[in-house]
Amino acid sequence: MRRLRTLAAAFGMLLASLAPALAVAPDEVLKDPVLEARARDLSAHLRCMVCQNQSIDDSDAPLAKDLRILVRERLVAGDSDEEVVDYLVSRYGEFVLLKPRFAWHTAILWFAPLVALLGGLAGLFLAIRKRSTRSGDAVREVPLTEEEEARLIELLDKGKS
Amino acid sequence: MIVELGHFALVLALVLSLVQSVLPVTGALKGDARLMAVAPPVSVMLFLLVGLSFVALTVSYVTSDFSVLNVVENSHSTKPLIYKISGVWGNHEGSVLLWVLILVFFGALVGTFGSNIPAPLRSATLSVQSWITAGFLLFILATSNPFTRLARPPIEGNDLNPILQDIGLAIHPPLLYVGYVGFSITFSFAVAALLLGRIDAAWARWVRPWTLLAWVFLTLGISMGSYWAYYELGWGGWWFWDPVENASLMPWLAGTALLHSALVMEKREALKVWTILLAIFTFSLSLLGTFLVRSGVLTSVHAFATDPARGIFILVLLCLFIGGSLTLYAWRAPMLKQGGLFAPISREGSLVLNNLFLTAATVAVFVGTLYPLALDIVTGEKISVGAPFFNLTFGPILVPLLIAIPFGPVLAWKRGDLLAASQRLYAAFGISLLACLFCFWLWGMQRVLAPLGVGLAVWVMIGASAEILGRIRVREVGAARAFSRLTGLPGSTWGTAIAHFGVGVTLLGIVTASAFQTEQIRTMKPKDLVSLAGFELTFEGAVPRKGPNYTEEVAHFTVRQGGVEIARLDPSKRVYTARQMPTTEAAILTLGVSQLYLSLGESRGDGAVDVRVYYKPLITLIWIGCVIMAFGGLVSIADRRLRVGAPKPARKSKAVAAAQPAE
Repeated sequence: MRRLRTLAAAFGMLLASLAPALAVAPDEVLKDPVLEARARDLSAHLRCMVCQNQSIDDSDAPLAKDLRILVRERLVAGDSDEEVVDYLVSRYGEFVLLKPRFAWHTAILWFAPLVALLGGLAGLFLAIRKRSTRSGDAVREVPLTEEEEARLIELLDKGKS
Repeated sequence: MIVELGHFALVLALVLSLVQSVLPVTGALKGDARLMAVAPPVSVMLFLLVGLSFVALTVSYVTSDFSVLNVVENSHSTKPLIYKISGVWGNHEGSVLLWVLILVFFGALVGTFGSNIPAPLRSATLSVQSWITAGFLLFILATSNPFTRLARPPIEGNDLNPILQDIGLAIHPPLLYVGYVGFSITFSFAVAALLLGRIDAAWARWVRPWTLLAWVFLTLGISMGSYWAYYELGWGGWWFWDPVENASLMPWLAGTALLHSALVMEKREALKVWTILLAIFTFSLSLLGTFLVRSGVLTSVHAFATDPARGIFILVLLCLFIGGSLTLYAWRAPMLKQGGLFAPISREGSLVLNNLFLTAATVAVFVGTLYPLALDIVTGEKISVGAPFFNLTFGPILVPLLIAIPFGPVLAWKRGDLLAASQRLYAAFGISLLACLFCFWLWGMQRVLAPLGVGLAVWVMIGASAEILGRIRVREVGAARAFSRLTGLPGSTWGTAIAHFGVGVTLLGIVTASAFQTEQIRTMKPKDLVSLAGFELTFEGAVPRKGPNYTEEVAHFTVRQGGVEIARLDPSKRVYTARQMPTTEAAILTLGVSQLYLSLGESRGDGAVDVRVYYKPLITLIWIGCVIMAFGGLVSIADRRLRVGAPKPARKSKAVAAAQPAE
């Protein structure tokens, strides 16, 4: 009978560990609202490493909870935001940052959208210039062939709306 | 028996799709009408065969046939009927089958209703569609057969992942897939046109309804998925920049660009080469999305290696289709004649700008999603790219686009007048400025971005109506004439205005919900009270309850406003029996367009429980806006002018002709 009870207790504990916790649990919240706001802001930029693309602020995973508590401990100890982030990166690597740091290995990542936009703009500008130098000739329009003329009339009749 | 029948139908479909891949396109190139005549009936037959196979799988799910491996892995006899059915596509094999079903469905649609399309183009298009079909049928039969039988069937199945047992997820994948895969037909049209070497305005006119249809479904599918994540994952986020979401966002962005450039091509014969490229890109991004989601490469590079056959197979298909079509493009596109000229400031110009920004936004999502993967493969370095990155890159790209939206429709084709266009937008600008100032007055100067965001949203919403107001000219012609003009406006004009309005609505929802969400995190004992945004929530206690395939702990809450009870909320925590997997079921109270969101955390003994309450102002506008956008798309499809050969309305609307800018 006792063995059964231990088993039940073990099972209960297993269930409890599986049960989803809240992202930020009430007991984690710091008393100081300014520190807490900083903690929340930092948490939103830190990745829960065992989840798929979730920040520790959103995640229910036990690891995320540990990290949230760690962040708050560091803040209470008087670390600046940068110091907290540096500490976490030194422990877990850059993988922990949801916003990758700007460096050589992330240059393509950060510049690609800008390059696409500027490149596109430059391309457009060139195309327009090419067009406008050419459009002098384009004024002399090539007359339609008889066949095209007939087709045009047919289309115009059909397409009237 | 039915299972073997389904399997057999799939093999037969593969054979037929190979036939379809060769004969019609040969006919189209050689001008052989008999070969081309093969295409329509075979396209319908393909749909029937894949449909039969899909029905077969569904039957084995509904009857809980545990001799089928796929059913054992993803179903359970006590599961409610609807989730038995949705379980068919809630797994890898079934979802790929659904993918192919939609692929052949679009082929059959073109085969049946495409009689206004010239035979060579239609035949070649159906052939190209069959290349894709054949590739994916081979993929199913070789690596992901849903009909594998078990020699020793178990008594019970493993059940479907509980978070997928939800009405939202039952309809989300089919919607999304119709959108995703719907772009295949645009792709096939583009490749067919390149093969035949003929692309003209008529091509754009034939292609646009299909593109619109796919776009409408993709829009609905994405917003449905977003709403599902919002209420099911239990913490009230509605967009995560998760790679799986990005995989669907990329074809949506490219498809939106395609819709707009096809418009230029249809009206002015310009941007041909670009439109074809965009059609290829859009479906390529759909394929890429399929690869990312289906190969498991996203969870980690190593998950890819656990089942390399599938991943490599799709990768090969991906390279074949994207590489092949781009090569064909590089070879054929220079031969296409460039169409109409236009000044930079014109309707065409504005649509080009739209394409530029949408493409840049797609690039931002693309690198954000794939760069970590590429870096890991090349250097072994691991980085994460999440919401903060996308907010910094994607956001700023979209802002100029949003500002420009109202200008596009009021500019004339060919050569527009920016000053005249701006004059038509004075009212919209005034109203949005007032909205902006009002918000500053309401919220103070601490939050600068939120009032600006609201102003922008109002600008897009009101600006959307500028084209319609400009066309009916109430003040000049009087209310009666104006009304007849209003009803005489073409569907595509209405569609544009409605869809653009929807963009503004979504934006308004995003701005207010992100800037003004309030929350309370508490441990509550029975009879405890928490107040938030003028509401008081009382925890009345928790009771256990038993569902069909789960047990749950339901907490009862009473919501009061000014002392008056307005609602009861029952969030719960479930444990699904078969997999022993826990989920949180949030309780949501919708008040107008705002929502009160309540979800449970850990139980603390003596009846106390962790509670998280959010008030999310105007949040439902995010999804309502998407539905409005999709509705705009539908209205545009209904435009008679898109259906070439459709009977013309008897009553000609002179008013419209007069109001239409010279073309």
